[in-house]
This record gives sequence, C-alpha cells and structure tokens, in this order.
Amino acid sequence: MNVVSRRLRTLLPPIVFGVLFLSAWEGFVVWRDVKPFVLVKPSQVWSAGLDNLQRIWDAMQVSGGNALIGLIVGTALGCLVALLASGVRWIGELVNPIAIAVNAIPIVVLIALFTRLYEADSETPRRIMATLAAFFVVFVNVSRGLRQSSPTQLELMRSFAATSRQQFVKVRLPNAMSFLFTGIRVAAPLTVITAVVAEYFGGNRNGLGASISGFLSISKKDVGLAYVAGASVLGLLFFGFAAVLEYVAVPWQRTRDVR
Amino acid sequence: MTLAGDALAVEVNGVHKVFNIGRPNRIDALTDVQLQVAAGEFVSLIGPSGCGKSTLLRLIADLLEPTVGTVTVNGKSPRQARLDQDYGMAFQQAGLFEWRSVAKNIELPLELKGWDKAKRHARALEMLELVKLPDRADAMPWQLSGGQQQRIAIARALAAHPLLLLMDEPFGALDEMTREHMQAELLRICAATQTTVVFVTHSIPEAVYLSDRVVVMSPGPGRITSIIPVGLDRSRDEGTREATQFYDKITEVREALRGNVANATDELSGIEDR
Repeated sequence: MNVVSRRLRTLLPPIVFGVLFLSAWEGFVVWRDVKPFVLVKPSQVWSAGLDNLQRIWDAMQVSGGNALIGLIVGTALGCLVALLASGVRWIGELVNPIAIAVNAIPIVVLIALFTRLYEADSETPRRIMATLAAFFVVFVNVSRGLRQSSPTQLELMRSFAATSRQQFVKVRLPNAMSFLFTGIRVAAPLTVITAVVAEYFGGNRNGLGASISGFLSISKKDVGLAYVAGASVLGLLFFGFAAVLEYVAVPWQRTRDVR
Repeated sequence: MTLAGDALAVEVNGVHKVFNIGRPNRIDALTDVQLQVAAGEFVSLIGPSGCGKSTLLRLIADLLEPTVGTVTVNGKSPRQARLDQDYGMAFQQAGLFEWRSVAKNIELPLELKGWDKAKRHARALEMLELVKLPDRADAMPWQLSGGQQQRIAIARALAAHPLLLLMDEPFGALDEMTREHMQAELLRICAATQTTVVFVTHSIPEAVYLSDRVVVMSPGPGRITSIIPVGLDRSRDEGTREATQFYDKITEVREALRGNVANATDELSGIEDR
C-alpha cells in the first residue's frame, strides 16, 4: 500500500503538469482564435488519432519493427566490436577514436547516403541507421564496462593470484554485462527516434516519420500530431521494456545510475 | 604452517618505496622501514594520510614492489606468498562481486585455486557460520547492509585458510556501533583461526583495542617513528574499552602521533581521536 502511494506521489506531478499544459494549449487556441493551419487544438489531435487509430498502429509497427531490428543487430555488433577492441590492441586503437567522433555528430544525416544505395521501397537504409545508433551507444558502454572495474575488485583478484584470463572472465566480463544493460536502456528510445527521423528523408511512406512529415506539410496538423503521439508511445514502450530488462538483469544497478 | 613462538609471518628489511622516480612529482612513500611481525600477532599501522601505511601493506601483499630492500612473507618472497594464497585481504570497500551470491563471493578464491565445487561450497557455509551470517548464503551483496558486506569480505579473505590477513581500513566506512561490534568479531575470528593480522587504520582506539603492537608512522617521507606494545590481555571484551590501561595506551599512541606532527610542523590530519 505504501509502495503504491509512493508511486502515485512520483507520478502525480508530471500528470498534473501534462493536464495543465494541454488545457492551457487548448484554451490559448480557443481564446486567440488561432487558425488550424498554424496550431491545432489537443482535442482535434485526439479525435484525429481516434479516426486514424488503425493506420497509426500499422505505422508504429513498421517504424517499431525497423527500430527493433536496429536495436538487436546494433547491440550484438556493439558487444562484439567492444570485445574485439578490448582484446586486440590495433582494433581498439582504430575503433575507439572513431566511436568517440561518430558519437558527437548527428549520424541520422547519413540516411541521405544510404537511401541512394538501396531501392526506393527498401526498409534497409532505415534499419542500418537504427543499427548504427544502437551500435555506438552499446559499444561505448560495453567498452567502458570492460575497462572500468572497481580497483578494489582488481586488487582482490591479484591477491587471489588470478591469471589475466581469469580476471577477464570473472570480473571484466560480468562487469561489462551491467554496463551493457545500461547501454540498451539508452539505445532503445534512440533507435525509435532514428528510425522515425530517417523516414523524413524519403523512401517508403508506410512508417510514422513519413506520415508525420507528410501530414504536417499538407496542413493536416491534427493527423500529423496524432502520428507524433504514436511515435512518443512507441519510444516510451521501447524505453520501458529496456528499463525493466535492466532492472531484472542487473538489480545492483538500481542504486547507482551510470550512463 | 608453523606456530613456533619466534616464527616470523612478515619481515620487512630496509625498505624504501619511491613513486615517480626521476620526475618532479617524486614521492618518498616509505623510507628505511624495518618491521617484524610474529606468527599469530596482531599489528596495526597507524598514521596520518601520506605516511605510507597502505603502501607498506601493499608491499607485503605484492600489490607493489619495494624500490630498495626486501620483504619476506612466511619465509618466502611476497610474490610466491601471493601465488600460494598465503594471505587474505580486505579493504575499506567490501569489494564484493555484485553478480555473485554471497556464497559464490566467498568461494571465488577457492574456485581460482581449483577446489572442487562441493568442497568449496561446504567451506563457504563454514565461513558464513564463522562470521555469523549462516542464512545469507544465497543472498546477493546488494541485499546486505554495509556491516554484513564487510563480514562477507572477511569471510572471503579467510576462506582459503591463509596464515596472514592483510586489512586496509576495513571498518573505515562503518558507523561507530557497527565498527566496535566488528572489531570484537574480528578478534574472535582471529583467535579461532590463529591468523596473523596486519591492520591499517586511522583510528587510535581501534588500533589499541585490536593490536598486540601499534606501529606509528609519519609522513614526508613516510616512515615508522615508534612501535608501541599494547600489553593488554588477549581476551578483550567490551570492558576493555573502559579499562584505565586502555586509555593510557590511547594517550601513548596519541602522543607518539603528536610527536611526529610537532616534528613535521603539520596538522594532525586524518586521525580519528574517538
């Protein structure tokens, strides 16, 4: 009971804020008589969402599917390359600086390059973008986990006369696992954003991003924003799933939040 | 293993330890250190920050090597003693492996030594009895309190039957009540296992309560300035903390530390007077 009331207390402020914000928006549009091609009312977005529920859901599945493929492939590649980079010196020296540099630029712009390489109706460029987004986040986190073990734990392993192989298997690898799940939590919503935004740059018109850019540009802002809401729900679903996964897999992380 | 009265567990001879040799940030961590610890003895190293007490402990543990001089552990080089797992270690941070259950943490040194599964699990349960946490074998470290985690760390340090226990401020992060309780527990465990202990601490009462001898150290350069025999009865209890002799020894150690400070014209930094 206590837990429930504490949950409610953390949830209440953002809910109250959200309701107030939407009411103020609605009120402002009515009061100033703002034209719908400038700004629509939240109630219009809501009814547009209900009218297009099936289409939004289909688009969520397309974009979500691309994001999920990117998350899975990117995570696997990120782990693999991080292991190689920590094990083989020249690979590490090659990949680490590139990863840092790439992490600092908005890679979604590369989509323009990939769309030229594939058929116009191919989902592959979007999946590549989502994969890249997940890859770098996971790579950076897992690499950090492999490098940064607690000094006390490493001194203990030395005092136990552990070989460097034992140290890797018993300390560095499990330590990297906990960083991996943190990486997945950060990467999951990022793959959704990337998959959606990638659709702005052409290709199939079946996903959330394509519909958002399409409806917003033809002045059907209520429908466009309903798709934006769909994208938000999708991002939250990905984040929620990854957060639960982390909570269950590495419970000791609950007290220490490493990014 | 030998317990003859004059057997030496640790011998430190003419040891100097210099960090960053030939560079402007050179640090003389230890200068001309002589120390002998008899088998079964409990010796504390006390002194302000920078006096080299943790460095000395790490030289004994072969986590560092002396620049000059020799260290002998159970008649062997520290390296050989480490490879033979002759000593166990505990630090201020319990350093438990979060992904391993309590029992698996205690088993880790035995696992590395190649003990078979049943034998090392039996030993872990035995150690949990010893540290009075018999029902926490399957708990995960994050489910334990700080004091309980530190008990597990001690259990792990003692699991492989070491002759020597090296401890670096193991109770430094605990609250005062837990700390006094852990001190009494440590003495009980050491009496039961006949283990020699070298114990680094910031706390004067802790050093006096636990030790047969207190080694007083001073910084700049790090060195031993005096070694004070405590001479209290080995069977210490809560009454010991109120005995006049206990207070006299605390005063003696404090004055030895003050003497250092007067010489170094420095603050008495990082020493707990409680």
